[in-house]
Amino acid sequence: MKEIVIISGKGGTGKTSVTAAFAVLGGSSIVVADCDVDAADMHLLLQPVVKKEEDFYSGFGAVIDYNKCVSCGLCANICRYHALSWEDGKYKVSGLACEGCGYCARVCPSEAISMVELNVGKLFISDTKVDSIMVHARLRSGADNSGKLVAKVKQEARQIAEATAKEFVVVDGSPGIGCPVVSSLSGADFVVLVTEPTVSGLHDLKRVSELVAKFHIPAGCIINKADINHAVTQKVESFLSQNNIVHIGNLPYDETFTKAMTIGQTIIEYQDEDLAALLKANWEQIKQLSTKERT
Amino acid sequence: MKVTIASGKGGTGKTTLSTNLAMYMAQQQAVVLCDLDVEEPNSGLFIQGKQIHQQKKFKRIPQWNKAACILCGNCQEVCNFHAVLKLGERVMVFPELCHSCYACSELCPVNALPMQPIPMGELKHSAAGKLSFVDARLDIGQEQAVPLIAQTLDYVDSKFDSTFLKLYDAPPGTSCPVIEATKSADLVLLITEPTPFGLHDLKLTIDTMRELKKDFAVIINRYGIGNDDVLTYCAAEGIKVLAKLPNERKIAELYSRGELIYPQVPEFAKQLKLIADFIVSKQRHSA
Repeated sequence: MKEIVIISGKGGTGKTSVTAAFAVLGGSSIVVADCDVDAADMHLLLQPVVKKEEDFYSGFGAVIDYNKCVSCGLCANICRYHALSWEDGKYKVSGLACEGCGYCARVCPSEAISMVELNVGKLFISDTKVDSIMVHARLRSGADNSGKLVAKVKQEARQIAEATAKEFVVVDGSPGIGCPVVSSLSGADFVVLVTEPTVSGLHDLKRVSELVAKFHIPAGCIINKADINHAVTQKVESFLSQNNIVHIGNLPYDETFTKAMTIGQTIIEYQDEDLAALLKANWEQIKQLSTKERT
Repeated sequence: MKVTIASGKGGTGKTTLSTNLAMYMAQQQAVVLCDLDVEEPNSGLFIQGKQIHQQKKFKRIPQWNKAACILCGNCQEVCNFHAVLKLGERVMVFPELCHSCYACSELCPVNALPMQPIPMGELKHSAAGKLSFVDARLDIGQEQAVPLIAQTLDYVDSKFDSTFLKLYDAPPGTSCPVIEATKSADLVLLITEPTPFGLHDLKLTIDTMRELKKDFAVIINRYGIGNDDVLTYCAAEGIKVLAKLPNERKIAELYSRGELIYPQVPEFAKQLKLIADFIVSKQRHSA
């Protein structure tokens, strides 16, 4: 089983539309994992039927027992996150600011603070209309620990793939270079970078590929909306060749992607033959690249 | 006044709106634009200013002092993030897991884990006429955006008083970095696309804004593609839609080259004025 992770650095480059198309092409040979847990959208295209769901607990939050609190203020003094403040005659915890370090609970002289495990989201295992199994999640709004939820989604997807002898796990990652992205990269066999030929797209591609290089994972790149700026497309292409990133292919700037999405379809189902042919060729190449022995 | 420009989904036009709005409004008043998308900061690609300041930013992590350590293991015991481990006769610190809570350091009975600065990113400050620009970029491999966002906000607060209109370009998503980027805002502008992805992520962001008790309004970008579901949703929820930025290939092309949109696309300029007027009316109201 091989794990293919699709990321982009910059948001809105078409990562999810491309991943969903691969899910259709992979069909019953893959497990799809939506690891963009704080803005997960792939379910809108694959319309999963949830078979199993579970709460996800991660990290802690401080809770004050006012029967024990003596209002000494030591907790507020030592908290580096300004999560404790004096309001309406008592010390209160801001759930959004608290990072769950537990320092306050340890130093409280009256043992008034306890740390409770937080329910930060839900994990789902679903069947999709395209025969691939899908593992996805929903992070509670404003919750911390998205990196840990990503790790959990990937772990579930891998276990299912191994138990049911699937060939691939295909992971839709999140934008950026921070903890959810780092978490989605761990254990990957191949990374697909979806970019666009804009000054921002190129800038973000450079940063995210530097991160991928740190993990020593082989990578390829799809340039979406390639015809929007030929000069930048050329810059992207030369960046790829200088950095040993396989140039998988180009996709045109085409509102068909949006039209298909608007009716909840992937580009393959929408039956735009030209785009479907390009994506099929991309998918075949990615399968080959991900199964190639590393040298 | 502090205005944060945010979106759930990435690539809906946060940077386009932030940079154009900042340049447009700086024709009339002193504006500071601050890019808080520290993982992938892009606003600087559209703003040509003269750099006036640059500084490394640090986070503090414990550093093991072997000579002082009595190997009691208390540090490992108190760390909820598993960032400190006692292995045999050694104590190891994992900087990427550390949240800088100071518990291990300050609870160490022999002061063997003093907090030391390590670099996490870089802040830059430049100026062009009435527009000041601040951005920060996280070093590659650093996982936590929040401490750098917090320090960047502190920098802006220390350098610019309340006579400045402060515009913040937020990171995408709805998790901790977005909370940090919106928590001190007086107004949040949520920019979205009129598509199912855009609407889905807009709803998540609105939930977050309501939880934070923020004043917010919606701006629709690429108006004309997709469908009317965002408008219908906003009408049903009583949410103000401030402007509808047009969907034109020319805008995508200008953006791809790092150019401003409003000087070259009249409909975009017209819609941008609606947003600027709204902000000015809010400023008058709060003054």
